[in-house]
Amino acid sequence: MPVSKLVGTKVKRREDPRLVQGLSHYVDDLRMADVMHAAILRSPHAHARINGINTDAARALSGVVTVLTGADIGDSVGSVPCAAANPTLRTPPHPVLAQDEVRYVGEPVAVAVAGDSYTARDALDLIEVDYEPLPAVSDLEKALQPGSPLVHSQWDSNQAFTFECGTGDMDKARAEADVIVKQKFIHQRLAPIPVETRGVVARYFPGEDELTVWSSTQIPHLLRAMLALMLNFPEHRIRIIAPEVGGGFGCKLNVYREEGLLAHLAMKLKGTVKWIEGRRENMQATIHGRGQVGTVEAAVKKDGTILGVTYDSLLDTGAYHQLLTPGMPPLTGLMISGSYKIPTLKFTSTGGFTNKVATDAYRGAGRPEATLVIERTLDLIARELDMDPVELRRKNFAQPSDFPLQVATGLAYDSGNYQAALDRALEMVGYQDLRAEQQRLREQGRYLGIGFSTYVEICAMGPSAALPAGGWESGTVRMDFTGKATVLTGVSPHGQGEETTFAQIVSDDLGVPIEDVAVLHGDTAVVPNGIGTFGSRGISVGGTAVYMATQQVREKAEAIAANVLECSTDDLEFEDGKFTVKGVPDKGITIQEVALQAHVATKLPAGMEPGLQATSVFEPSNFTFPFGTHICVVEVDTQSGEIEIKKYVAVDDCGKVINPMIVDGQVQGGIAQGLGQALLEEVVYDEDGQLVTGSLMDYAVARAEDLPQLEFDRTETPSPVNPMGVKGVGEAGTIGSTPSIVNAVVDALAPFGVKHIDLPLKPEKIWRLCQGGNK
Amino acid sequence: MSNTTTIQVRVNGVSRTEEVQPRLLLVHYLRDVLGLTGTHIGCETSLCGACTVMVDGAAVKSCTLLAVQTDGCEVETIESLATDDGLHPIQEAFWDCHGLQCGFCTPGMIMATRQLLQENPSPSEEEIRHGLEGNICRCTGYKHIVDAVKQAAEQMKAGT
Ligand code: FES
Ligand code: FES
Repeated sequence: MPVSKLVGTKVKRREDPRLVQGLSHYVDDLRMADVMHAAILRSPHAHARINGINTDAARALSGVVTVLTGADIGDSVGSVPCAAANPTLRTPPHPVLAQDEVRYVGEPVAVAVAGDSYTARDALDLIEVDYEPLPAVSDLEKALQPGSPLVHSQWDSNQAFTFECGTGDMDKARAEADVIVKQKFIHQRLAPIPVETRGVVARYFPGEDELTVWSSTQIPHLLRAMLALMLNFPEHRIRIIAPEVGGGFGCKLNVYREEGLLAHLAMKLKGTVKWIEGRRENMQATIHGRGQVGTVEAAVKKDGTILGVTYDSLLDTGAYHQLLTPGMPPLTGLMISGSYKIPTLKFTSTGGFTNKVATDAYRGAGRPEATLVIERTLDLIARELDMDPVELRRKNFAQPSDFPLQVATGLAYDSGNYQAALDRALEMVGYQDLRAEQQRLREQGRYLGIGFSTYVEICAMGPSAALPAGGWESGTVRMDFTGKATVLTGVSPHGQGEETTFAQIVSDDLGVPIEDVAVLHGDTAVVPNGIGTFGSRGISVGGTAVYMATQQVREKAEAIAANVLECSTDDLEFEDGKFTVKGVPDKGITIQEVALQAHVATKLPAGMEPGLQATSVFEPSNFTFPFGTHICVVEVDTQSGEIEIKKYVAVDDCGKVINPMIVDGQVQGGIAQGLGQALLEEVVYDEDGQLVTGSLMDYAVARAEDLPQLEFDRTETPSPVNPMGVKGVGEAGTIGSTPSIVNAVVDALAPFGVKHIDLPLKPEKIWRLCQGGNK
Repeated sequence: MSNTTTIQVRVNGVSRTEEVQPRLLLVHYLRDVLGLTGTHIGCETSLCGACTVMVDGAAVKSCTLLAVQTDGCEVETIESLATDDGLHPIQEAFWDCHGLQCGFCTPGMIMATRQLLQENPSPSEEEIRHGLEGNICRCTGYKHIVDAVKQAAEQMKAGT
């Protein structure tokens, strides 16, 4: 391999010039001729029967093209898909428009299409729906009790599925333990809130029988397959384009009703129809994350050795399954061991239907729950045994020599050095001094807390055998006549910067200037196949496919060069984009000249196909397991309940780093969302299923002033799972940060006897605890 | 359906005369009538700042202003910042400091920064964070945005 020039360095993002000038094209920015605008009428009820819908007045409004209800659509569009293989799963029909019952606030009931968006919205005001309210259930635990109102009356309970994993004998662990620690956890619902809401433009050309759908999605290729099934329309006649996408965080790793509905409208109206989600709709009808309740039990020896952990949990699925709704608990269960060697682990989950929008993957997707549980449990144990939480962690850590580490949940962690990250973070934060300081301040009635999260997470999704719809990724690298390189990737970035990082890889390995490498993505007609961007898989699976295709291109180039230079490939060296004959430095050919030869095709080795391109489809043999230590230092004002983060140190290890600046950005953005979960964010429904947090006024997203100064460092433990040794970093910050913040606050309030606090840590809650409220 | 009103607005230095519905929002006027789609919509309720533009030199959220309210005004959008000589120093700084990921908040963030630096050419870290409180970025965690504003401030002072 030639000396790397760009890989590992801060290369400014090539995406940015268009973005900072506002010249990029998100779905809403596309300008198309004769576009019609759709607006969607949504249910104001959490649960109601639809006795009738009168659309006459809406249809009669000037400028309105059509108004459709669920009855109009009937079965001409199939159910919104759920891609989970769980034999216990109850999958309710999930029509694009409600058929005769609505089951959550925001459920689509009718659609109006008009020449402009204002008229389409006017039309909604003229639609009369005769609702007959039905009993609703909003609380997850109540929903699973006998006698609860049923979300779907065809079943005798609200149970949506069950799932369990783990090995070992917990009874034995309990019998051998000196101490049993138990705690209930509530993982509140969170709203993903990409600043760009969802949006869809669908266009049908009847002559060509061609359906094109522009959607703000993370998974264009999967969306194409799913739409083909929903519409019963051939997949090869569908083209999906994910243009510039303004953030996703998992909520655009999905297939939504509106995508099927808009495609249906375009085909029915033989034209182009556009729908852009409003923020209110986004809060109501785009998936939420988390929504788990569970109880942990840990069996521990006096010396801190953890013998066994069980975590029995419930998942608030909402009213219907989205693409991966039942797939979240397995990610929690599989990661419940954290970075510790725990011989006995048992995880159970029961999904419960509620009259709320579905939960699904939101940044971290199941792993933040696991990490919060195990990292909090470590602190609970430390408190119980009166042990330093750092010592307890060290005692139970997996050691570097343990890798690949077989974990009792069934996974094999690829590589890790948990001590190194912890040591570095302790050094940065000045741990010993901090404990002394904490003591000093307590004597003055000030409450400092130090919280740890020595997290590990699972990413690089993943081996196909472990995923519902393929875990591979494709990468194509092509050099054209003029020596420019084009990369086609099946990952579909929305802020991660792959146009830069993938070009860094190709530029280094082909020796072409980065300006000469274009990275294309997000269009199923351009990129032959792909899975998408989620699960921190961009660089580790998609990037690896590009890396492998690049090697193939170089090999082919080498064979052509040898033929042109009339030598053997063994006699060639390759540096700075030039093949030279060893020992004869002026006998050489640049890779650009090779590219030209490859296309002119007169000096190719016998039997070689013309052209210079390769496609690699990378199937990972395992997941990767990034890790790190986050330490948070807080001071709690017991008079106001306010929490001040005084110091925050994050040492993350995501394996080999392609672009440190982009990795820093991912970690920082991840921490902002993890901090949001810890301190600010909470989706609230009232008892009747009304959404209380229906706008950004009521749902608190972190703003610049909410974020503390952060200090960062990295350790680098390469992954053996892929040739570049990369792991992935998109979710680490979110997964790692939340527990350190809550652990810090609980530590600060130890003198008040506080052992646990559920999130978010709002000042009112903290203040009550300081007033001697319940623990 | 409704009546229309004629408005005259100077947008990015060009005088426009247009018949608009009185209820048309400024952001829709800019995006849909004039095709200036760099101004984004993230909430429609004045809470995210994605739609920030300058009206008569002051940063405003164009999702909660009617187009007719800008009759006779001077409006500047993100599209007005770069010149033939290149990017504006604020744009350059966001690029240098990795002050954006998905880029959706960025035009609004840059316009808000412009206002901030007009009022306070040497803001402290705290003043920057406070000055951007009307703008949500869900991607970056703000650190690199703050870095970008600091760099832009330095650059613009050096340039004047
Ligand atoms: S769209 Fe105007 S502030 Fe959010
Ligand atoms: S860069 Fe995505 S919201 Fe700010």
